[in-house]
Amino acid sequence: MAQIFHRSTNFISRFSVFSALFLAGLGLVAVLGVARSPYMTRQNVTREQPVQFSHKHHVGDDGIDCRYCHTGVETSAMAGIPPTKTCMNCHSVLYNNASYLEPIRASYATDKSIEWVKVHRLADFAYFNHSIHVNKGVGCSTCHGQVNQMPLMFQANTLLMQWCLDCHRNPEAVLREKKEDVYSMDWKAPANQEEIGKRLAAERHIRTTAELTSCSTCHR
Amino acid sequence: MTSASRFLTIACAVACLFSAAGCQYLKQDMANQPKNRPLSPSDFFTDGRSERPLVENTVAYGSIANDELFVPKESNAFPLPVNSELLERGQERYKIFCTPCHGLQGDGNGMAAMRGMKHPPSYHQDRLRQATNGYIYDVVTNGFGAMYGYSAQIPPRDRWAIIAYVRALQLSRNAKVADLPAELREKLNQSGSTGAAPSAEQKQESGSAKDSTGGSN
Ligand code: HEC
Ligand code: HEC
Ligand code: HEC
Ligand code: HEC
Ligand code: HEC
Ligand code: HEC
Repeated sequence: MAQIFHRSTNFISRFSVFSALFLAGLGLVAVLGVARSPYMTRQNVTREQPVQFSHKHHVGDDGIDCRYCHTGVETSAMAGIPPTKTCMNCHSVLYNNASYLEPIRASYATDKSIEWVKVHRLADFAYFNHSIHVNKGVGCSTCHGQVNQMPLMFQANTLLMQWCLDCHRNPEAVLREKKEDVYSMDWKAPANQEEIGKRLAAERHIRTTAELTSCSTCHR
Repeated sequence: MTSASRFLTIACAVACLFSAAGCQYLKQDMANQPKNRPLSPSDFFTDGRSERPLVENTVAYGSIANDELFVPKESNAFPLPVNSELLERGQERYKIFCTPCHGLQGDGNGMAAMRGMKHPPSYHQDRLRQATNGYIYDVVTNGFGAMYGYSAQIPPRDRWAIIAYVRALQLSRNAKVADLPAELREKLNQSGSTGAAPSAEQKQESGSAKDSTGGSN
């Protein structure tokens, strides 16, 4: 009886098995890659806002402290977005005819909220809390980047779980000694950060890596 | 199994892998749960906010304690013990909330004022040096003229810390070396005027030094 398959099919079938596996692997890598890409995480993507509010001008040029507007950051989970009244503290007088501030004045007059577009957004199943990070010495710029140079706000980090864990495994590398440094945008780790970080971690009772990377710390 | 059906099986497996991996990121049911997070919009309430205003005449838990911190306008009483801790807190809060307009030294040359905000009066004029604590508390709480009130941004205790610091600022302009405790006077003699010591007057000196270099541009 003649062979149904020619010898070359041996090769073809093996080749197709391996290439299928290879393709499957490649596909997974591609999907995971896309998930970590700025396209999915929205890292470095600026959003259009109803008012062109510039952190570069207010923080960088005018030196207004973060806590003037984000009043909740030391005491609660949310840093909070300032209400319209906070803007009016200055802009009731300053540029009170400028057309680009019209939405602010309208909002103040009508008591309708300005609808800022959210930039940072964790998944709802993750728990995050600003106060513990800030009070233990993790600075705003470690997580949010050089806010004082952002004409429009964007997200400087991926906010993926991996990013949280990278720091929770080694928080010593970013702990800042002085309280005012936490709100400083120009802080650079000093040469002996390792030493300082270890001391600060002990002083401030930073928990062990095992505790900080336990699932229930963030998924509760 | 024929190679054709083997191929089909593998193709199916690949397709499954793809869609399973893809779904994880496309279908975000748990990431966007049907609940309100702070500041999220709401279609349910007519004003579009998920945050609800307090029902009229409700008193927030714990806020009764703040009544003790209320001092009427005419009174010069100070409801908290003044110590270096309070002054330090006051200095920090002053830098956050008042410097944009009043400047680090309190003479009204903050950055916002330099850029067109109404110039506030200097704290070092006689009228404000003689103003009562209760008056300043009222200005910070309810505002005054072009200055809006800060009751929403600064809790009462911190307002008093700021007032203590403003008082220290005012004193510092007229402090004599003889007013300092002996120990600090010695330090001053040794190091010129730049010793960083935990006293209001001295701290003010370092604050002013910073202001005269950085605050003028
Ligand atoms: C004058 C008020 C003001 C000051 C001062 C200020 N912010 Fe903001 N911030 C805002 C407003 C308004 C928004 C919302 C609009 C936007 O996203 O740009 C915002 C948004 C943000 C966001 C993004 C929020 C989101 O949607 O995810 C971050 C992060 C942030 N600010 C960090 C900072 C940091 C860090 C500082 C201090 C260095 C600071 N801000 C100082 C007013 C202020
Ligand atoms: C402490 C005073 C202060 C507060 C509070 C404040 N601003 Fe400003 N704003 C300024 C100053 C000063 C400028 C001029 C900036 C410059 O030219 O450096 C400015 C400029 C602006 C401009 C003009 C465009 C630009 O960036 O130059 C916009 C828009 C603006 N502010 C929006 C806002 C909004 C929205 C808020 C509330 C979240 C706010 N501001 C709160 C002081 C303030
Ligand atoms: C450990 C990292 C980290 C630090 C430090 C940090 N943030 Fe954030 N911030 C985040 C994350 C993550 C979110 C998104 C939270 C969410 O979606 O629930 C966020 C959100 C925000 C928002 C949006 C509103 C909100 O509260 O969710 C503002 C405003 C903000 N941060 C300001 C600040 C300021 C100001 C500081 C410094 C005082 C600061 N952050 C320090 C990680 C950080
Ligand atoms: C740059 C460093 C850094 C990053 C990034 C970071 N954390 Fe943290 N986190 C810390 C430190 C430091 C602590 C304090 C640990 C302690 O006190 O034991 C902490 C504590 C926490 C806690 C404990 C709060 C409590 O009350 O138990 C939670 C929850 C948390 N982080 C969530 C997150 C999440 C979610 C992210 C990512 C979005 C994140 N963190 C990113 C440094 C970081
Ligand atoms: C430091 C905080 C933190 C810890 C600890 C942590 N997670 Fe997460 N996890 C997150 C955050 C934040 C996200 C959401 C990321 C996002 O919004 O894309 C997340 C997302 C996830 C997801 C969804 C998949 C994804 O990538 O979106 C799974 C599954 C998950 N975590 C499982 C775990 C398990 C299992 C553990 C314990 C081994 C754990 N997490 C520990 C912060 C944490
Ligand atoms: C947005 C700018 C701004 C900020 C921030 C600000 N002020 Fe003022 N303040 C003013 C202006 C403007 C005046 C003058 C008001 C007028 O004469 O119409 C003033 C006046 C005053 C006066 C004098 C009232 C009088 O009788 O003349 C005091 C006291 C005062 N402010 C205290 C404070 C304190 C304390 C803070 C910090 C919590 C503060 N201010 C923050 C703008 C500001």
